[in-house]
Amino acid sequence: MPTPILMPALSPTMTEGNLAKWMVKEGDTVSAGDVLAEIETDKATMEVEAVDEGTIGKIVVADGSEGVQVNAVIAYLLEEGESAADIPAGGGDAPAPAAEAAPSDAPAPAAKAPISAPTGDPGSPLATATQAPPEMDEDKFFKETTRQTVREALRDAMAEEMRGDEEVFLMGEEVAEYQGAYKVTQGLLDEFGADRVIDTPITEHGFAGLAVGAAFGNLKPIVEFMTFNFAMQAIDQIINSAAKTLYMSGGQMGCPIVFRGPNGAASRVAAQHSQCYASWYAHCPGLKVVAPWSAADAKGLLKAAIRDPNPVIFLENEVLYGQSFDVPTDPDFVLPIGKAKIVRPGKDVTITAFSIMVGKALEAAEKLAEEGIEAEVIDLRTIRPLDIQTIVTSVQKTNRLVTTEEGWAYSGIGSEIATQVMEVAFDYLDAPVGRVAGADVPMPYAANLEKLAVPQVDNIVAAAKAACYRA
Amino acid sequence: MARAATTKAASNSSGSAKKPAAAKRTARSTRSAPAKQAMPSKDELIGFYRDMLTIRRFEEKAGQLYGMGLIGGFCHLYIGQEAVVVGMQGAIEDGDTVVTSYRDHGHMLACGMEARGVMAELTGRIGGYSKGKGGSMHMFSREKNFFGGHGIVGAQVPIGTGLGFNHRYRKTDRVSLTYLGDGAVNQGQVYESFNMAALWKLPVIFIIENNKYAMGTSQHRAAAGPSLAQRGHAYGIPGEEVDGMDVLAVKAAGEKAVKHCREGKGPYILEMKTYRYRGHSMSDPAKYRTKEEVNKMRQEHDPIDTLRRLVLEQGVDEDTLKKVDREVKDLITDAADFSQQSPEPNVEELWTDVLVEAR
Repeated sequence: MPTPILMPALSPTMTEGNLAKWMVKEGDTVSAGDVLAEIETDKATMEVEAVDEGTIGKIVVADGSEGVQVNAVIAYLLEEGESAADIPAGGGDAPAPAAEAAPSDAPAPAAKAPISAPTGDPGSPLATATQAPPEMDEDKFFKETTRQTVREALRDAMAEEMRGDEEVFLMGEEVAEYQGAYKVTQGLLDEFGADRVIDTPITEHGFAGLAVGAAFGNLKPIVEFMTFNFAMQAIDQIINSAAKTLYMSGGQMGCPIVFRGPNGAASRVAAQHSQCYASWYAHCPGLKVVAPWSAADAKGLLKAAIRDPNPVIFLENEVLYGQSFDVPTDPDFVLPIGKAKIVRPGKDVTITAFSIMVGKALEAAEKLAEEGIEAEVIDLRTIRPLDIQTIVTSVQKTNRLVTTEEGWAYSGIGSEIATQVMEVAFDYLDAPVGRVAGADVPMPYAANLEKLAVPQVDNIVAAAKAACYRA
Repeated sequence: MARAATTKAASNSSGSAKKPAAAKRTARSTRSAPAKQAMPSKDELIGFYRDMLTIRRFEEKAGQLYGMGLIGGFCHLYIGQEAVVVGMQGAIEDGDTVVTSYRDHGHMLACGMEARGVMAELTGRIGGYSKGKGGSMHMFSREKNFFGGHGIVGAQVPIGTGLGFNHRYRKTDRVSLTYLGDGAVNQGQVYESFNMAALWKLPVIFIIENNKYAMGTSQHRAAAGPSLAQRGHAYGIPGEEVDGMDVLAVKAAGEKAVKHCREGKGPYILEMKTYRYRGHSMSDPAKYRTKEEVNKMRQEHDPIDTLRRLVLEQGVDEDTLKKVDREVKDLITDAADFSQQSPEPNVEELWTDVLVEAR
């Protein structure tokens, strides 16, 4: 049976083209790679090459033909022993194009699926961004505690996990000999040696990518960024390599890695060193994003992040490093990622916060209590996957919601929470959701302006009162 | 069965594409003497022939399926460059790892990944290596130590350096083959990787596949300095230019580099002088080079033709090679059939593999 030569597609969007010129004539012998014809599209002129050897039996579509459909027969190739008489009559008919993929049995993709409870349901736009809170009895670990700074708690978390797992190592700028730019890694070099506590050159893009490669090799890197502002240099490796490769490999290439370091505004360091990246990373499927406030949460969640088989963005805060909290002494104190915590119960208004804003929200709650408003403060602890259930349960009780964050409001975490609450608890809201966020400007240096740019306790008080319709 | 013809870029015969000025070479740049080592056995030579021909036929078939609309998106063919990856595979051992960018089909086949699974990934089917979710540029096989398949130019270089770090951390003598193109060598992260690899003496062979054109930009229009092999000079990384159209020269250079790495002496750079016959991707009309240039390479330097002649000179009879030709053709036909019969992924697959389930 003679082999039909079909009009090829030059790109996925091409449906037809012009057959500009034949470079062979009927009766010519061709071998693989020989140019048969030139075809044109709106974009380019390309040559059509022979794939098999044989003789040109018949040219079906003539020179200069316009609008030739992709996959139409343009000629027939005869193999040894075949003749032109074998070519089917009316040979210009295109055979059934093979371009349609074999249909699968399942129904069409769920692009228009209605939003159900936002707890990780396939089909929801929030399928991997939210989850039902994991069960855990945290209180039992607080029977024996020690007073520790956030800095010490983070170091102990790393040390305990490194003792327990040889595949865990730490790398970053000044983490070893200098003992950490913010002294978070103090003592780790002495205990674990230079093979596992590694000073890197100032080369964020490079060492983030190197660590991702090590994680593909099943090591468990902890990558410290001196601040998350510098991780912008590395964000391609974090998103395109660490977050997406599991999916692109059909589940083969897990990337057990933690990217950690201080995030958000410090004090008087201006725009390039003062930004909250929570919403940047929370946007991306394939990542988990954690942002603790207390030392206990810092320890329990960092241990969980190191054990997690996925890439985890662990957002710390420089101002919190020196603050002290009660921390459980039990080395098995590991908190589940994805579970928020009610740090102050109340009935009148719900305030969500994470990282340094938790402390400010608690101060605001004290002030509100003096005015007879009982605020419920929720420490999100994990930004992605978000424990929306705890927020919604609270809003069902208080009917009012104020979100807080240091970052900008636009496309921020507050926007996301407000949207989700509107989607599933609209009827429970008695007032518009209030958003307290950083001023929509790059961070200024001047002390008075910086204070105006960073959300303060009074901003939260005012937003909560507004939500309660109290002047 | 209907077969679409493949396309290749029409050359620009109008003469507007000027011939690149011949790049000057410094004395530091060494070119490996081809095949200084003893002639490999007939079986090994036939093996190289089979592997290179498999890649060639696979890519021709992929181009054909692309022309029929069965393969979507980008499709970067490796035709012309086969000697590079086959020669390097001849120089390594089990446990050594391979990572590359998006012109990756040849690397996967050379690593021993099945033609069926690679082709079915190109057609976006469940039988593909990534269940149809990665496509041409994103395939992986832990079993075969192939770590991708990366779509961002240059991003695979720190990753390959990390794989070398991994080998060293585990106190093995395995090496990381990290491929990049003449376009990627201008990315900053390549130098960040060179620096760390040299600083920590990581067992990484950076293989620069210099096919002369970064998409449509020739090397002399994009790269300062005389030699890509010397791009590691500032870091003290030895570099060598290799005839990437000669599989035996590649193998010899690869063995030297592998030995260097296994002995703990740190990274090595091999610049493979090679050529792609097809456009950058399937939709590239390749107006930036002349037809004469392409034809000259195909006719005078084709790596498969060259090896075929050598194999015959070594006393292997024509029938043996014809048998290989037939077996390769059957393998590729089978892969193409499989890639069309394998179903598309179930829609449930949309939601899987975003995160690893917690242990």
